[in-house]
Amino acid sequence: MKCSTCQAKAAIEIRRHNAAFCGPCFLAHLERQVQRTIESEKMLAAGERVLVAVSGGKDSLCLWEVLRRLGYETTGLHLDLGIGDYSPEGRKKTEAYAEAHDLPLQVIEVKEETGFSIPELAGRTRRPPCSGCGLSKRYLMNRAALEGGFPVLATGHNLDDVAATLLGNVLHWQVEQLTRMTPVRPASHPRLVKTVKPLIRITEREAVAYCLLRGTDYHEDECPNAAGATLLLYKDIVNQIEAVSPGSKQAFYQEFGKRVRPHLAASETVTLRECEACGQATTGEVCAYCRMMERARQVTVRRGRVTRTVLEVPPA
Amino acid sequence: MKVLIRRPRREVELPGRRRVRDVLKELQINPETVIVVRGETLLTSDDVVGEEERIEVIPAISGGAR
Repeated sequence: MKCSTCQAKAAIEIRRHNAAFCGPCFLAHLERQVQRTIESEKMLAAGERVLVAVSGGKDSLCLWEVLRRLGYETTGLHLDLGIGDYSPEGRKKTEAYAEAHDLPLQVIEVKEETGFSIPELAGRTRRPPCSGCGLSKRYLMNRAALEGGFPVLATGHNLDDVAATLLGNVLHWQVEQLTRMTPVRPASHPRLVKTVKPLIRITEREAVAYCLLRGTDYHEDECPNAAGATLLLYKDIVNQIEAVSPGSKQAFYQEFGKRVRPHLAASETVTLRECEACGQATTGEVCAYCRMMERARQVTVRRGRVTRTVLEVPPA
Repeated sequence: MKVLIRRPRREVELPGRRRVRDVLKELQINPETVIVVRGETLLTSDDVVGEEERIEVIPAISGGAR
């Protein structure tokens, strides 16, 4: 197979584009795709400081490397989730990348910040680990961006992520979530930072190829909590369709954005206010994160035959 | 040939020379979800792997809370 651009031996085939690329042409192709996404969706303005959420996995390190090469002023943000042997490895890869490229990096230890690691949070709230983890990440990343004075937060969500999420939301007709499925979430409240997903036209397979060809060392292991996660099932289904009908994955997400989302956005009437506990933006009196943390701090005390729930002293 | 599959980590031996696409088909691996490498070289589906060679199948799909 030959490179569609220069006719050298191809390193990767991208069937949905009916193209194949050698290493150098693929790297240029992927960076061009990301730049086009950033420009067409008005994600980043020239000279804007960007906070990049980096787990140490292939997607976030691919994103950081591409933004760095495209000349954006980036700072990394890593959340140490406190998950067994998994979290230290991701942190190590993130810190190594930042050091190698002399880039600023902020690390937040979730346990130190909130009093609980993600597994402890899951056990105490009896929520699925991925649910509490996702909510904590969104909250802590937004807060870090606000406190650091960053106008925009970039995440490594890719085409596989958004297509699988879309499938899940359509299967359950989660209209509210569908309305929020945008490549850019604007700062619709003074306590919300604009968030962008520059990799939405890049598949996970392409992010792996990019890291391998650039020599970017990423954390390859899967989070132990992700085993059996519904999102993985949806990704598997979407990729089974993609294997038989190349281009379906991208068309599914892109056409949703063009044909369906504009109608949903027109009906969106959400009023945001400040959470009474923490001051972050929320639709109710107390935000979902504060409600979850309050539940986590409640402990059940049994004395004889009497059981009661008390609130532990919040962590400093 | 020897095929190292990284997740879950295991090594499989297959007889004869084969194209990458045939190796993945035999192992029931969706080519949309992996990258195949020989050493540090990325392979495309039509590349042929020799009987004495060793390739690795690198998983691409991940994620729980995104």
